Amino acid sequence: MKLLLKGGRVIDPSGNIDADLDILIENGKIVELGRNLSLSEINSSSIEVLDLKNTIIAPGLIDMHTHLREPGHEYKETIQTGSEAAVAGGFTSIACMPNTNPVNDNRSVTEFILKQAKLANMANIYPVAAISKGSEGKILTEFGDLKDAGAVAFSDDGRPVMNSRLMRSALEYAYSLRLPVISHCEDLNLSRGGSMNEGFVSTELGLQGIPNIAEDIMVEREIALAAYTGTSVHIAHVSTAGSVRAIREAKDRGVRVTAETAPHYFTLTDEALREFSTNTKVYPPLRSMEDVEAIKQGLKDGTIDAIASDHAPHSSIEKDVEFEYASSGINGLETSLSLSLKLVGDGILTLAELIEKMSSNPAAILKIKKGTLKKGSDADITVIDTQKIWTVNVSNFKSTSRNSPFDRWTLKGKLIMTIVGGEIKFKDL
Amino acid sequence: MRLSKKDILGMKELSREEINLILDTAESFLEVSTRKIKKVPTLRGKTIINFFFEASTRTRTSFEIAGKRLSADTVNISATTSSVVKGETLTDTARTLEAMNPDIIVIRHSAAGAPHMLARLVKQSIINAGDGAHEHPTQALLDMLTIRNTKGKIAGLKIAIVGDIAHSRVARSNILGLTKMGAQVTVCGPAMMMPRDIDKMGVSVSYHMEDAIKDADIIMMLRIQIERQNDNLFPSDREYARYFCLNNRNIKLAKPDVLVMHPGPINRGIEIAPDIADGVQSLILKQVTNGVAVRMALLYLLAGGE
Repeated sequence: MKLLLKGGRVIDPSGNIDADLDILIENGKIVELGRNLSLSEINSSSIEVLDLKNTIIAPGLIDMHTHLREPGHEYKETIQTGSEAAVAGGFTSIACMPNTNPVNDNRSVTEFILKQAKLANMANIYPVAAISKGSEGKILTEFGDLKDAGAVAFSDDGRPVMNSRLMRSALEYAYSLRLPVISHCEDLNLSRGGSMNEGFVSTELGLQGIPNIAEDIMVEREIALAAYTGTSVHIAHVSTAGSVRAIREAKDRGVRVTAETAPHYFTLTDEALREFSTNTKVYPPLRSMEDVEAIKQGLKDGTIDAIASDHAPHSSIEKDVEFEYASSGINGLETSLSLSLKLVGDGILTLAELIEKMSSNPAAILKIKKGTLKKGSDADITVIDTQKIWTVNVSNFKSTSRNSPFDRWTLKGKLIMTIVGGEIKFKDL
Repeated sequence: MRLSKKDILGMKELSREEINLILDTAESFLEVSTRKIKKVPTLRGKTIINFFFEASTRTRTSFEIAGKRLSADTVNISATTSSVVKGETLTDTARTLEAMNPDIIVIRHSAAGAPHMLARLVKQSIINAGDGAHEHPTQALLDMLTIRNTKGKIAGLKIAIVGDIAHSRVARSNILGLTKMGAQVTVCGPAMMMPRDIDKMGVSVSYHMEDAIKDADIIMMLRIQIERQNDNLFPSDREYARYFCLNNRNIKLAKPDVLVMHPGPINRGIEIAPDIADGVQSLILKQVTNGVAVRMALLYLLAGGE
């Protein structure tokens, strides 16, 4: 089966392309990319032609930070529903964090995730394995064996590594295996007991705060470790101005540090918590306007390399409770693209820069052969209508969970088609 | 005049006019408690549930007496006897109570925002009797009634609030209420007990008792929770008492007619010296008396009045 995408504006930062081009797909690969590809040379009976005028055709988006909850918490999300949410949000590839039950700290869990991903047959799923056994921060997992099983990175996301010596070992060993380490930066002593950003709003609400320094200090530590050992480190979900400053300065002096942020950190501030809505509870917490501005600046000047949703589905069992008792996390896969497109509307990023941060950059960080429309590459493609106005309705989510603070928000720009390996996995034309 | 509100969740949501209405109404109820027969039929046939998820003697008793003096039927539920121990969620418990058609639910909860959650869930009026470190509006209102009663006004008074400001819902509600009514509020305590950006609430901040109470008209002392030293919020009760206990010596820095308040229960010799607590400047028991009147006023304004 062949697929011809006609009339769209192709933006592929990996090839420095921004032009009206047609794309011919065959056997799951991009075989031709050119102006007005002529139908006559192609046997028309076995080809599907899609007219994509007034759309943006981008290399398949990659969300390098999601929680798919399987195995262990299937009532919140499964690999099946998480993959469906991914393609509905425009993501052709996603990386999933290891804080499942059991934790993805050995090859059997990694293999299980890949098996379920294959059955789901939606998006490409890249498992991130734990740094330490059980993510307990004590004993390193078998990095080599996990890599061999298919893990693409290591992280104790959700359970930050407090032990600097363990982190040093993780950075050194992972670097020798050419795999990235993703660090969830949070000093647990400073954040203990907190359920929101520490500042004026937490003072008024009487909720214990998580100070910016809980993140800043650990970002500075990771930079120091990477610099000293000559390794690399990736900082997950950057939320503070201090982190942005530290990463910018480290990059300037050549430290191999990369970073991601999530849409909620450039869209919302802690003012959103005023009504005690548990859907605004997330770790790291929603910060101040000053932090939001710094994150946007960091995205603009390249300090922050990637946008990832930190998709963290939770059910009403965890969320319909008192704020302090609620689980943290925002359901992000199906709103991430539209929230991020606002950066383009607001003049912070160009469309090409946004696609870079949501496709080619995460591919480079994870060292996966994705994020490009070059001839011969996998036909993973995201088609976007940047003008379409739509209203978020969580009850239409493909995700099993509904925990989004963006319910009822009207957004501009929407995913209209997701192609994975040459197959249309989602269409909203 | 009636309150055009379904719930009393915090001082944040009350306007100056509403505060004056509540205090004026409370003023008129003060007399009921001095009668030989301390009961009026105002809320006959109304049901009030006092739902306490946290230990409380004075607030719960005060609400119960207030309800009974207005002839309402009052039901008390505390966390240890409720279904909470069986693992029921607040949402389910709230819906269950709602189905029994009470008129007002009074809630005390250790989690900030729990009354707000309840108010969104049920159609009945909710009164916040203290939520975590967030708000305790009935305490602030009874404090304001006490101040107005004794000083004749609130506007322009210099008021010092001393203690663990970070963990105090009494402090927050009083700051919101007193500044709204035009008082000059200074908060004071050890640096570790001062929440971030508290000055943005319109108060002065001091870390020295002597500066904070200088020329004060009212000194409001807060209860120190001894357990907090485990979290390094202060080194010891000895150290705390040495620098933050209101006593016969430092009180001389305040105005000669200064009055002393405390929401109770007091730690004698830690935040307040016994002779101050029992002295002529002390309003502590008057606060308790006024508490009943303020709660009667709120119950009346929410459930009665026709």
